[in-house]
Amino acid sequence: MLAVANLEVVYDDVVLALRGVSLEVPDGRIVALLGANGAGKSTVLRALSGLLDVHDGEIRKGSVTLDGRPVGNLRPSALTKRGVKHVLEGRRIFKELTVEENLRVGAHAAPRETRANLARVYDLFPRLVERKDGTAGYLSGGEQQMLAIGRALMSGPRFLLLDEPSLGLAPLVVAQIRDIIVEINKQGTAVLLVEQNATMALQIAHHGYVMETGRVVMDRPAAELLADDDVREFYLGLHGDGAEGGRTSFRDVKHYKRRKRWAS
Amino acid sequence: MNEFLTAGGVGLGNGAVYALLALGFVIIYKSMQVVSFAQPAFMMAGAILVSYLTPRFGFWLGALLGVIAIAAVALVVERVAIRPMVGKAVFVIAIITIGVDIVVRVVAGSFVGVDPRSIGDPWGLGAVSLGGVRVQERHIAAIVAATLIVLLLFAFFRYTRIGLAMRAAALDQEAAMAQGVSIGTVFAVSWALAGALAAVAGVFAASGNVIDRSLWMVALVALPVIILGGLDSLGGAVVGGLVIGLVEAIVRTYHSTWFPFLGTNTGSIAPYVVMLLVLLVRPHGLFGTKEVERV
Repeated sequence: MLAVANLEVVYDDVVLALRGVSLEVPDGRIVALLGANGAGKSTVLRALSGLLDVHDGEIRKGSVTLDGRPVGNLRPSALTKRGVKHVLEGRRIFKELTVEENLRVGAHAAPRETRANLARVYDLFPRLVERKDGTAGYLSGGEQQMLAIGRALMSGPRFLLLDEPSLGLAPLVVAQIRDIIVEINKQGTAVLLVEQNATMALQIAHHGYVMETGRVVMDRPAAELLADDDVREFYLGLHGDGAEGGRTSFRDVKHYKRRKRWAS
Repeated sequence: MNEFLTAGGVGLGNGAVYALLALGFVIIYKSMQVVSFAQPAFMMAGAILVSYLTPRFGFWLGALLGVIAIAAVALVVERVAIRPMVGKAVFVIAIITIGVDIVVRVVAGSFVGVDPRSIGDPWGLGAVSLGGVRVQERHIAAIVAATLIVLLLFAFFRYTRIGLAMRAAALDQEAAMAQGVSIGTVFAVSWALAGALAAVAGVFAASGNVIDRSLWMVALVALPVIILGGLDSLGGAVVGGLVIGLVEAIVRTYHSTWFPFLGTNTGSIAPYVVMLLVLLVRPHGLFGTKEVERV
């Protein structure tokens, strides 16, 4: 189990990005992490993968644990070896390398299993086989996202942290990515899914967390969140009564501050 | 014609040395976006160290040991002086490399006394005749060595795990870290490689020559080379090195007919004139990357 407890993260010594976040990603599950822009979702992922340093972020309080052991001060290279793999927002493939070279870089943490993992990734993404010697930068957006996910799978991670995999993709491609996430999860990898596309995320997740301004404000099984009036209103663009349309003015938009959910 | 071909031999020989130096600059630049001004010092230190090792071990073993030792020195310098500054502004690191350059140069220079030192190379100023053109053996040796090293380097960056990781880190550092690539290792390997390349270049720059404290000036020509080839292109460093070497040698051969009014050292300024022209026309160099984009 990958978990954070009462995590406080500060950027540049001044910006408080997380104010006591607790969440858990149990083995073999899909956990959705929802929230508006700037809520701190990506920061949670960075804390889990050791990439806070790159952004001058620092854990001030709380803990990051993997199977109960603290891993908050480990470098990304050590965390990937332990099976935590972060797929960054915006795909971030190595554009000038070929598709297969991208995948081989992904195998950096597990060089011995490169062959087996390569077969597995090509099996999951047949599209990449056709383009394997092509320059990765020329792939379509959807293919690039598949490459980014495939690259992460190359070290056979136990926990996959996905940051907005549906960003900027056509609905049909989003559906493909969704199915692939389910398939990856079936093969035994736990997924922490950060999404703006809440409908998609909650459809496939077992459990969901909702963040607001550096706090977790809701924490329920995904099916309950999908049915929750507030979540429907705020994240799914639907009214409490489920009917679309009808709201005519911003004044009707609910706005109230929800209280921090205290860690159990 | 014969004169021209002779100049070509000299140019390619010197160009091979420039290419090796420029490769060191490019490797460091690609991994940390910093131009390391310590390369000239590593080159001079390499030549001086090898000149002390050859009497005891013979030229080949001595040169090998010297190159390895300079790579180790570069590794230590990176760990001690450069790594703590990672994340600071690029010019801060560049200035530190100038400091490193001065320190290494002064320390190495103190091992050069009044007696001229020789690298103890087997070719000296010997020359062979290739189809009527006289080519010095040291230039042939430099070309052969540089070719081998360039091939090895390209294989390293293409097929090895760490080489591939270095290319990935050069393109997107954070994404490479997310794959488990250790950026510290990338920096260390790039400095060690650059140090080794500079030392090899030093050995060839000093062969058939006397080592003195101004040997490092040869390395300054690497600056026009990397600007011509493109700061972040390994292939560009090789091509740029050869082009600059040829231009310099040809201008040196013909300066009295072409530029009689400019005196005798036109050859020395030719690389910098090329650099200025390239900067005017193609600021990112002949092979400098333009980003790959989908259209």
